[in-house]
Amino acid sequence: MKPWWVVVRKEVLESLRDRRTLLSALVMAPLFGPLMFSFSMQTMLKRGLDDQDKPLQAAVMGKEHAPNLVQWLESQGLEDVPAPQDERSIPAAVRDGKPRLVLVIGPDYGEYFRAAKSAGVKVYVDSSDQDSQRDFRRLKRLLESYSSQTSALRLAARGVAPSIAQPVVLDEIDVSTPASRAQSLLAILSYFLLFATLIGGMYVAIDATAGERERGSLEPLISLPVSREALVAGKFVATMVFSGVSLALTLASFAISLRFVPLESIGMSASLGPKVLAGVFLSLLPFVPLAAALLTLVASFARSFREAQSWMTGALLVPTLPIMVAAMTGMKPTALLMAVPSLSQHFLIARLLRDEAIPLTDGLLSAGGSLLLAGVLLVFVVRLWRREKLLG
Amino acid sequence: MINVTGLAKRFGTVEAVRDVSFTAPDGRITGLLGPNGAGKSTTLRILYGALTPDRGEARVDGLLAGPQHTEARRQLGVLPHGAGLYPHLTARENIRYFGELHGMSGATLEKRIDELVAMLELGEAANRKTQGFSQGQKVKVGIARALVHSPRNLILDEPTNGLDVMAIRSLREVLRGLRAAGHCILFSSHVMQEVAALCDDVVIIAGGCVVASGTPEQLREQAGTATLEDAFVLLLGRATAEVQS
Repeated sequence: MKPWWVVVRKEVLESLRDRRTLLSALVMAPLFGPLMFSFSMQTMLKRGLDDQDKPLQAAVMGKEHAPNLVQWLESQGLEDVPAPQDERSIPAAVRDGKPRLVLVIGPDYGEYFRAAKSAGVKVYVDSSDQDSQRDFRRLKRLLESYSSQTSALRLAARGVAPSIAQPVVLDEIDVSTPASRAQSLLAILSYFLLFATLIGGMYVAIDATAGERERGSLEPLISLPVSREALVAGKFVATMVFSGVSLALTLASFAISLRFVPLESIGMSASLGPKVLAGVFLSLLPFVPLAAALLTLVASFARSFREAQSWMTGALLVPTLPIMVAAMTGMKPTALLMAVPSLSQHFLIARLLRDEAIPLTDGLLSAGGSLLLAGVLLVFVVRLWRREKLLG
Repeated sequence: MINVTGLAKRFGTVEAVRDVSFTAPDGRITGLLGPNGAGKSTTLRILYGALTPDRGEARVDGLLAGPQHTEARRQLGVLPHGAGLYPHLTARENIRYFGELHGMSGATLEKRIDELVAMLELGEAANRKTQGFSQGQKVKVGIARALVHSPRNLILDEPTNGLDVMAIRSLREVLRGLRAAGHCILFSSHVMQEVAALCDDVVIIAGGCVVASGTPEQLREQAGTATLEDAFVLLLGRATAEVQS
């Protein structure tokens, strides 16, 4: 047996006996990530659906002053709820969310309306509450559309074409397909998978380097007739094993948990079939050695287990940076960006979820960029291990 | 046989080792004696290839020692400070890991592990995880691990630290047995009594230099004292005075 392989077997055996490592690699990421993701997706979708189905609840004060307006609003889905006693008690009631909205129509509404002047109405809303804000936007849209309908009628009655008051007409043409709409929601999926890859190997990397130093077992290890490169290789491969297993498990658990999310109900097809799954796994595979190299490097820097843990928190965020920057600036994949690790995987996964074909060059660029960086990091790890300071 | 000549090593501004030369022959137990910070561990670390000396050289069975020289390390068994075992592995697995890294495998390795378990009287504990082991048991496993590839030379850094009287006695028996088998044993200690009770040759180190060396009798004669302890104190005192002047 080659020394590096002996090291791999020992690190894997030792990690399998360590509850903390097992929990983080084989349970935490695969279970927690997809659960959280599915849950937040489900609530998000439910909200979207609720918006359309649920009647808009609002209290109307001074109904008698504008029976036509009220009747029109009710025909558009407004559900009238009991209004507070007087106008002074409205703010407190709205802050409590009972009711969320109060529409107040003043006694002079009719007079202004008949005189074709602007008639004002008041809406009380608590804008610090998300649900109230959403309801308010719906009510505002209704009022605006009533207003523009009325103005069109008034202009027509005076022999003026309503189009005069509407110099520009906006016509929205949505070209998104169901799959591409799903993709925007699933964009965070790639982040979860990169994260799972890192989390999976984290404790193995710490145990195999900083932990080994802290326990004092590093000194006898380097007194053996084994090169430092072989030791680093063994520890690196062991970290890769756990990162890879964590990635595979997380992906599998995503595939299962996403079945329970009603993506179809809003016309989205989140196809996570075997073909897409295999593609996602293949795209992320070159990231596994990169993650393992990054973790081993960070763990080799640290002097103790604790120090390594605090460094790791930073290391876990590094791969998210390119994705975040790209999302904020709306970058489109170019050849250069396809070579950027983590970002390129993000692009590849996004395309796979959109059922798009991936050009071979993009796949190779993504894999090449990640593997190259992994190699560079490994060179640094070996340098760290050759330092005399290694033993502290 | 271990041979050290004119060794010097500095860390930044600290001269850990200035001038250390000695020979530890086969079939004898050589004690490296000196106060804390005298340069004992640095000397041993150079011998087992963790450090490169600034000056001088260290040889194991005539082979040059250093980080790049794996051949010298093949002739060495090392028990560093505090044993350094893997707590999640059993005693046997700890020993087997090092055996495999030395290139051993299969029946030869298992037979050797059985021999060592019997020699060090590990008994049933050999199949348990080393997590809850006493310091004495840990040192025994550490020695078994150091001997797995049957090296001629054995280096032990402060092996008696934290051991109770019974454990120290049994460690002495083990080391005497190895001496009888012709091994070269080099061990460091800052406890004079340990060295007096066990060593054939003593090398006294202080301030990174060899202050005196020889058999316990020779050292007593050299210092003109009745006990080794008095000789140790006297020789150390002289050396410190020289350094200060």
